[in-house]
Amino acid sequence: MGSITLKQVTKNFDEVNVIKPLDLEIKDGEFIVFVGPSGCGKSTLLRMIAGLEDTTSGNIEIDGIDATKTPPAKRGLAMVFQSYALYPHMTVRNNIAFPLKRAKVSPAEIESKIANAAKILNLTDYLDRKPGQLSGGQRQRVAIGRAIVRQPSAFLFDEPLSNLDASLRVNMRLEISELHKSLATTMIYVTHDQVEAMTMADRIAVFNAGIIEQVGTPLELYKNPVNKFVAGFIGSPKMNFIDAPQNEDANVSCIGIRPEHITLSTEQGTWAGTVGVIEHLGSESFLHINIEGKGTVTVKADGDCPLKYGDSIYLTAPANKVLKFDNNGLTIR
Amino acid sequence: MATTNSRTLARFMLLPSVILLLAWMIVPLCMTLYFSFIDYNLLVPGDKEFVGFLNYEFFLTDPAFFESFFNTLYLVTGVLLITICGGIGLAILLDQAIWGRNYVRIMVLAPFFVMPTVSALVWKNMLMNPVNGLFAHFAIWLGFEPIDFFAQMPLFSIIIIVSWQWLPFAALILLTAIQSLDREQLEAADLDGAGPFSKFFYIVLPHLSRAVTAVILIETIFLLSIFAEILVTTSGGPGYSSTNITYLIYTQSLLQFDVGGGSAGGIVAVIIANIVAIFLMRLIGKNLEG
Amino acid sequence: MTIKDSRRSKLIYTIAAWTISGMIFFPILWTLVTSFKTEAEAISASPSLFAFDWTLENYRDVLSRSPYFNHFWNSVVISLGSSLLGLLIAVPAAWSMAFVQTKKTKHLLMWMLSTKMLPPVGVLIPIYLLFRDFALLDTKLGLVIVMTVINLPIMVWMLYTYFREIPNEILEASRMDGATIGEEIFHVLLPIALPGIASTLLLNVILSWNEAFWTLILTAANAAPLTAFIASYSSPEGLFYAKLSAASAMAIVPILILGWFSQKQLVRGLSFGAVK
Repeated sequence: MGSITLKQVTKNFDEVNVIKPLDLEIKDGEFIVFVGPSGCGKSTLLRMIAGLEDTTSGNIEIDGIDATKTPPAKRGLAMVFQSYALYPHMTVRNNIAFPLKRAKVSPAEIESKIANAAKILNLTDYLDRKPGQLSGGQRQRVAIGRAIVRQPSAFLFDEPLSNLDASLRVNMRLEISELHKSLATTMIYVTHDQVEAMTMADRIAVFNAGIIEQVGTPLELYKNPVNKFVAGFIGSPKMNFIDAPQNEDANVSCIGIRPEHITLSTEQGTWAGTVGVIEHLGSESFLHINIEGKGTVTVKADGDCPLKYGDSIYLTAPANKVLKFDNNGLTIR
Repeated sequence: MATTNSRTLARFMLLPSVILLLAWMIVPLCMTLYFSFIDYNLLVPGDKEFVGFLNYEFFLTDPAFFESFFNTLYLVTGVLLITICGGIGLAILLDQAIWGRNYVRIMVLAPFFVMPTVSALVWKNMLMNPVNGLFAHFAIWLGFEPIDFFAQMPLFSIIIIVSWQWLPFAALILLTAIQSLDREQLEAADLDGAGPFSKFFYIVLPHLSRAVTAVILIETIFLLSIFAEILVTTSGGPGYSSTNITYLIYTQSLLQFDVGGGSAGGIVAVIIANIVAIFLMRLIGKNLEG
Repeated sequence: MTIKDSRRSKLIYTIAAWTISGMIFFPILWTLVTSFKTEAEAISASPSLFAFDWTLENYRDVLSRSPYFNHFWNSVVISLGSSLLGLLIAVPAAWSMAFVQTKKTKHLLMWMLSTKMLPPVGVLIPIYLLFRDFALLDTKLGLVIVMTVINLPIMVWMLYTYFREIPNEILEASRMDGATIGEEIFHVLLPIALPGIASTLLLNVILSWNEAFWTLILTAANAAPLTAFIASYSSPEGLFYAKLSAASAMAIVPILILGWFSQKQLVRGLSFGAVK
C-alpha cells in the first residue's frame, strides 16, 4: 500500500513562506511527477513527505495514518537523491544491504534480496566495487537498488537524472518507467524537466511559487492548461504568446498557440512575418519567425522545410487550437 | 535545513564545547579584570583593597612597559618582515620544476615542528654562543671577532630564532596559495607579452594578497605571546632589553607575585590582541560566506 | 624556450632550492649530528659534519642521568590525551555545525575561534590560582585540560571543514534507510570522515607536544613534558652540547616524522581555512 494524502500542508523557512496551504491526494501505485521551475517548492514538499523537513502546519497521511511527526526512518518510504548519495566507503553490495541491515533482516534474506535487485538492475558484476569505480548510470542504478530492496510503500525521486548526460537520461527514464510498471509501487518524482514529466507520469502536479497550479494527466495539461503558466511550462518548444488581436473580446488579453499547431503558407494567412533563424533537427525544424509588431514566434515544421533566413511567410492557426487568457493569466474556455 | 528533532540534538551536542570554552574564556577573564582593580600580592597577606585604576596607572607608566611594548612591536614586525619576504621567495622557488621537490619541502618545513624550547637552546648554545658556537668558529675562521649575540643584540637574536621557526609556516601557506593560481592566467599573460616581473607584480602578488594577510594576522596572534624563546635564552635581559609584554606580565605575576599589576597588564595585552583579532575574524568571516 | 634552456633553468632552480632549504634545515641536522659526538668534539673549534667517531654515549647518559622517559611519557599522555579528549568533544560540535546549520552557526564558529586569540597572559593569573586551589599544578590531568581547551577551537574548525565536504544527502539517505542517529554517525559519517579526523588528531598532537607557555608555567619536576624538561638545559648544563643535542633529538624526532605526514592539514588547520 502507498497512498499519500497532504492536507493543508505549509512550510516556512524562518519567516519566509515557501509552501502555501496545499492539498494533494496521491493514489496507491500512482506515478506522480512534481514539476516546476527551480525554487517553486517541489523539492521541499518531497523532503517534507520524506520527513527530512518539518511540516510547518497541516498533515501528511501515509496509508491513512497521520505521519506528520514521524521520523524519516519510520515512514517506510525510500528516496533516490539527485547526487545518488551512495555511501562512498561501502561496496555496492553493502550499499544495497544497508537499509536491510538497519531493518534487522536475516543475512540469508539480505543475500537473496541483493542478488535479486542486482539482477533486475544489471549490477551483478559490480557488487564488490565501490561507488567511486562506477559510471554515473551505474551509480544511479545502485541508488535505485538500495531503494527497492526495502520494498517501501512509496519511492521518492529527487531530480534523479539531472546529473546524467542526455542519452543516458533517456535510457534511465525508460528503466524507471519499466520499474514502475513491474513493481506497481507509488512513485513521487521531482523534476524541472517537463519532458521527463510528460513521458513518465500518470499524473503531473505543476508547481509555481509554493502552490500547485494544476494537477492532471500529461494530456490534460497539454490540452487544457488552466492558466498561462501551465500552458507555457508544458510542451516543447514552448507555447507562443501573442497579444490579443483587435477583434477579440475585451477581456482576452493574450492568446497562446503551440508551435506545432501553426501552419505556414507563402501566399496568405492570419499573420505576415519574416523567417529568422531556422534550427534543423532532421526529423523536424524549428523556425523563429518575426511578426511585425507582435514579436518572435516559434513554429514547428517538417524536417525538409525549404525556407531560408529572410523569406517572407504567412502564419495561420486553427481556431480550436488557440488558447485565450484573461488579464489574470487564466484560460478562458 | 533540518527537522526540529535534529536541531534539538544539535544544540545538545554543541553544549560541551560551548561550556568548556565559555568557562575558559569568561570566568578567568572576569577574574583577571577583578584582580586588576585590587591591591593583591601573593607575598603580602592582608586586605585586598579596591584601588581603582591604580594598577593600570603603575603598569602603563612603568618604563618597563614602554620598553617591552616597543620590544613586542619590533619582535612582531621584525619576524613578520623576514617570514613574509622569505616566505614569498621560498614559495616561488618551491613552485618551480626542481629535482627532489618533496625532500626540499620536508627540509623547509622541519623547523616548524621543533619545540620552541629546543630551537631556542640549539640556537643560543650551539650556533650563537660567542665561545663555542658555530657562528663564532666561523667568524674566527674568516678572521673576525665573534659576536656575543645575546649580550650585544638580544632582541635581534630572538627575532632570528623566531623567524626561523615561523618561516616554514609562511612559506607553506604561500606555496599553497601560489599553487592555487590559475595557470591559464599566467599563460594569458604570456600571450599578452608580460615579462616575469610584470607577471609577479600584476598577477602573482595580487593573488597572494589574501594569503599574505592571513599569514600576517595568524602569526601576529602567536607572536604577541612569544614566551618560551625569551625564557630560555635571555630571560628578558639584559635589563628589559628583550622583554616583551607577555614576558613582563609573567615576571610581575609569577616572579614578583604582584597579582594586581600582572592582571592589569593581562587586560592591556587582551586589548592589544583584540585589535589584531578583529581584523583576522573579518578575513575568516568573509571566507565562511564564500 | 628550448628543451636545453628549460633543463638549465631547472638545474639552477634546483641548486638554489637545495642550498636554501639546506641552510634552513641545518640547525636540525647539526643537532642530530652533534648528538653522536663526544663533548670534546662537540665544542671543537674546527667542527666536522661527518668525520668524527660516532658514539651513542650521550643518549645513554641522558636516559640514565635524568628521568627522561618520565618526561617523554608526560608529553605522550598530555598530547595524546588532550587530542583524544578534544576529539570526543569536538566531533559532536562539528557535526552540529556542519549538518544542522542555523543563522547562529557562523557566529558560534567565529566566537570559538576568537577564544583562540585570547592571549594566554590575559588568563594567566586566574588559571594559575585556580590550578593551585584545585591541586592541579604540576599534574598531567591539569595540562590535559588546558591543552584540550586551547586546541578545541582548532579541532572544531578543522572537523567542521572536513564534515562540510560530506554531502548532506548521504546522511539523509541513511536516515531514509532507517538508520538511527547513532548508526548514522558510526556507520556513515565517521567512516567517511576518517581521514579528516585522523589528520585533525595528528595536528593537535603536534601542537600540544610543542606547546611551551602553559607547560612551562604550570608544571615542575613531576608532570613536566619534554618542552619544560628541555628548558632546564638553559642552565649552564646546556653547555654540554652533545648531551643537549641528544636530549633535543629525542624530543623533536618523533614529532618531525608526524609533522611531515601532516603538512597539508597544517595549512588548513592553522590558517582556519583562510587559505585552502
